[in-house]
Amino acid sequence: MAKAAENADVVYLDNSSTTRPDPRVVAAVTEVLEEDFGNPSSLHRLGAKAERLMENARGSVARLINADASEIYFTSGGTEANNWAIWGTVAPGSKRHIVSTKVEHPSVIALLDHLHERGFRVTLVGVDSEGRVDPDEVMDAVTEDTALVSVMFVQNEIGTIQDCREIGRRLMDLGKKKPRFHVDAVQGFARLPIDVRDWGVDLLTMSAHKIHGIKGAGALYIRKGVNIQPLVFGGGQESGMRSGTENMPGIVGFGEACKIWAGDSEEVMTRLTTLRKRLVTGIKSVFPEAVLHGPVEEGVAPHIVHFSFPGFKGESILHALEARNVFVSTGSACSSHKAKPSPVVLALGRSEDEALSSIRFSMSRYTTEEDIDRAIQAVDESLKELAAWRKKR
Amino acid sequence: MEELLLVKYGEISLKGKNRPEFEEALLNHIKWILREHPGARIEKAHGRLYIHSSHDTRLLSRLSKVPGIVAVAPALKTENNVGEIRKAAVEAAKRAVETLGESGKKVTFKAESRRSLKSFPLKSPELNHAVGSAVLTAGLGLTVDVHNPTFILQVEVRENGTFLYWTEVKGMGGLPIGSSGKGIILLSGGIDSPVAAYLAMKRGVALEALHFWSFPITGEKSKDKVVRIWQVLKDFDPKMRLHIAHFTKIQTAIMELCPEKYRVTIMRRMMMRVATRLAEKVGALAIFTGENLGQVASQTLESMAAIEDTAGLPVLRPLLTYDKRETVELAEKIGTYELSCLPYEDCCTVFVPKHPVTKPRIERVREAEKDLPVDELVEECVRNIETLTE
Repeated sequence: MAKAAENADVVYLDNSSTTRPDPRVVAAVTEVLEEDFGNPSSLHRLGAKAERLMENARGSVARLINADASEIYFTSGGTEANNWAIWGTVAPGSKRHIVSTKVEHPSVIALLDHLHERGFRVTLVGVDSEGRVDPDEVMDAVTEDTALVSVMFVQNEIGTIQDCREIGRRLMDLGKKKPRFHVDAVQGFARLPIDVRDWGVDLLTMSAHKIHGIKGAGALYIRKGVNIQPLVFGGGQESGMRSGTENMPGIVGFGEACKIWAGDSEEVMTRLTTLRKRLVTGIKSVFPEAVLHGPVEEGVAPHIVHFSFPGFKGESILHALEARNVFVSTGSACSSHKAKPSPVVLALGRSEDEALSSIRFSMSRYTTEEDIDRAIQAVDESLKELAAWRKKR
Repeated sequence: MEELLLVKYGEISLKGKNRPEFEEALLNHIKWILREHPGARIEKAHGRLYIHSSHDTRLLSRLSKVPGIVAVAPALKTENNVGEIRKAAVEAAKRAVETLGESGKKVTFKAESRRSLKSFPLKSPELNHAVGSAVLTAGLGLTVDVHNPTFILQVEVRENGTFLYWTEVKGMGGLPIGSSGKGIILLSGGIDSPVAAYLAMKRGVALEALHFWSFPITGEKSKDKVVRIWQVLKDFDPKMRLHIAHFTKIQTAIMELCPEKYRVTIMRRMMMRVATRLAEKVGALAIFTGENLGQVASQTLESMAAIEDTAGLPVLRPLLTYDKRETVELAEKIGTYELSCLPYEDCCTVFVPKHPVTKPRIERVREAEKDLPVDELVEECVRNIETLTE
């Protein structure tokens, strides 16, 4: 109970790092832990029940992206799904060129660096000042030797939406020469509409804990007919594509979370669009020098807002906000314990100072107007508290 | 026959009148450790410490981190009776072969007996022979080599029984915790200060660690890093406490009220003031730091003098003359190096000016901090210190 009280007053705006599991998800997960703890591979009744639960979850995930349930493969999360999509494609004998962007998640960038060292050619397409990838540039980078094009759907730090539909359709125009198309959709999945058929996507990465599921579960959509190598070998689970006893609590929670979003994502996102405007306006009014990254309104995910506060240190702002029970992140959470400037902010053509002073606010379906107002006030107070520590320019 | 551990301590035995006090300190330290080894019991008898315990390697490695212990020998104890001693010698030899023997290599030994119980019927050379012949005829395939044996089978006949051992685990040496009084160690998240703490503890200083935390400039994780380092240091002194001083207000005041180039010197002077006040509260006699001569530009004798100016106690710097490489080697040995290298920032990255004074003059520094409400700031800082024991 003490924990609940501790969290009651919290304004949690770090939902692109992870979200609080929905109570309905927690209930479903708990039931799996306590009652339906069978192994889906077991032949007895408990196994059958587990398998049914898992297949229901698979269907719930598939529906959100207009896929068939048989095209959904559960993984340990987004990082594994991204790694699998890429590793599985560049099997021995494959083509040797990969096209991606400069603003991908580290789970893509780090692997592409590794493949580059192993002799693959990697072309990373840049972005404009709002973080947008130009589909023309992607197409210009594609050659006959291109095995894979990997573009993220929603940029995790600044929220820019990439035109994956346009890229996918233009790739389809290449006909037989079409390279495989992978989309890392972790940050947009469930919240924004995705249609893998319409977009011509071959592989698509999803994660449960960003949409109020629990950590340790994710999925890779693999279009029927696309042949990719497994990353994990063993007992032949997931049709032999991803061995290892299934993470049942995570998977069932994932399915439950998808069901929740299927019912109301449009309504939630409309509300978040209003809140986003409120937050952007509010921060600009308490600190006019703040620099917003990413598009202002059009073409940006409604739940992500990213500002630089030039002269301040991002981490100090984060901690000052934390002291006021407002939780945010600096750049990308995965890299925030290194005092490195955000590579994404740098890719926008911004200065190092701006890349070191940036704060990401990311909202969830639970974010309220009051949360936003408290966050704005906390920013105001924090910047005043830190004024003496501001670097003079 | 009983398994036990024989604790050897070196310098304490040189300490004359202080000896009982030092032994008591060591005894208490070992007792503390044995709380987590419920089967073990310590006994002080005839100027020796014995731990009645199986030859538990976890306990052995914990004892190797107790200041004052020179070595611990896993031993067998038996009655003062030649037949029993011969049996125990064979058992001891078996264990020696298990732990010291290398496959394909011939294992050799020699017996070395000592008698403090002079009434024992066999003289040392005779006992050597009795023990040696028992081992040779036990079918272990051992041979005697008096010049370069694989192991020496030590046999000690004492009033309270006969002890046999064949190996020993090296301890860290030094003096028991507390035998040299109490000190404060300024513990940052860096590589040096934990090593300075280790060296002070090795010489018997009971330390209280003091960390200056700059929330919100740094976060919980930077504090947790120091906590983890402290927990490693607690292996050497389980009763060591960690005091967290909230330092941001003082730093902010320095930034607002003092010339930029003196910031770091004044900050360290404030640290010394807080440490001195804490020392008074806990009864510490000195302040230890990880400072080193010349490692960074600001670690000059001038700078040390300017900092020490505000300390009411001796400031001791165990690493003063160490090369970085030597410090790093020790940090690796102690087990704090990897923790110190964890990439959480300390506040200095923001605080340090572009051109700090590297050879400050005391009068100038005093002048530079004249606007700072020193007493008030120190008072508040000391009042808000959080103390961790676990």
